[in-house]
Amino acid sequence: MSRIQESVIIRTVVRIMVPFIELFALYVIMHGAGGPGGGFQGGVIFGAAIILYAMIYGIAEGKQKMSDALDRILASTGLTIYAGTGLLCLFFGGMFLQYGAVPLIPNDPATVSKYLIDLVEIGIGTTVAAIMISLFFDVSPPESEEGELPEELPDHEGVDG
Amino acid sequence: MIWILDITMLFFLVVCAIAAISIKDLLSAIIILSAYSLIMAVVWVEMHSVDVGFTEAAVGAGITTVLFIATLARTEGRSED
Repeated sequence: MSRIQESVIIRTVVRIMVPFIELFALYVIMHGAGGPGGGFQGGVIFGAAIILYAMIYGIAEGKQKMSDALDRILASTGLTIYAGTGLLCLFFGGMFLQYGAVPLIPNDPATVSKYLIDLVEIGIGTTVAAIMISLFFDVSPPESEEGELPEELPDHEGVDG
Repeated sequence: MIWILDITMLFFLVVCAIAAISIKDLLSAIIILSAYSLIMAVVWVEMHSVDVGFTEAAVGAGITTVLFIATLARTEGRSED
């Protein structure tokens, strides 16, 4: 365990912050159609919350909360939601992702399209979050020196060049 | 458009870019790259492209830095060239 991970202040702050970061990520995902944000950004923020948790509480603890199997399931679920919505539009005679073609509410393609855009955003967000987390677990240091941040790098005297 | 702010931001952008490629310590290079992304995000927002600025802040300054640092923890941390 590194010095950063032992700090009570950092552990407490991270424990309190993570739910709020996740809530903000959900807001960004759901608000994507009407303003700045969207599935990709929200997914990245959601992944960052889990990564923050895994960085401070250790990779092993993080993998307990977000195992590789769960990662894989979430990544493929998001893709299925996205592609499924697109194919649903194809099924009802529209083009791929032409939301208005789905007769969910009769004679109101605009509302249907609003709901289906949100569905697609959720799919994108799920996949992006899962991929970001698995990327971090893939590049993070191995179990033995778990979660060691490069504060203990051999030497960095700084600028020469 | 506040052009003095724009010029200042773009100047710092160039400074950060040159510093990031000329510095030998890789951790410093990563942090400078993160600062570059943050300035770039502000420049995007200044150019009324909030969505792109959002992405730049989340991906460029956030996730990329973390991934680079995690990768750096498995290497020596100094550039040879």
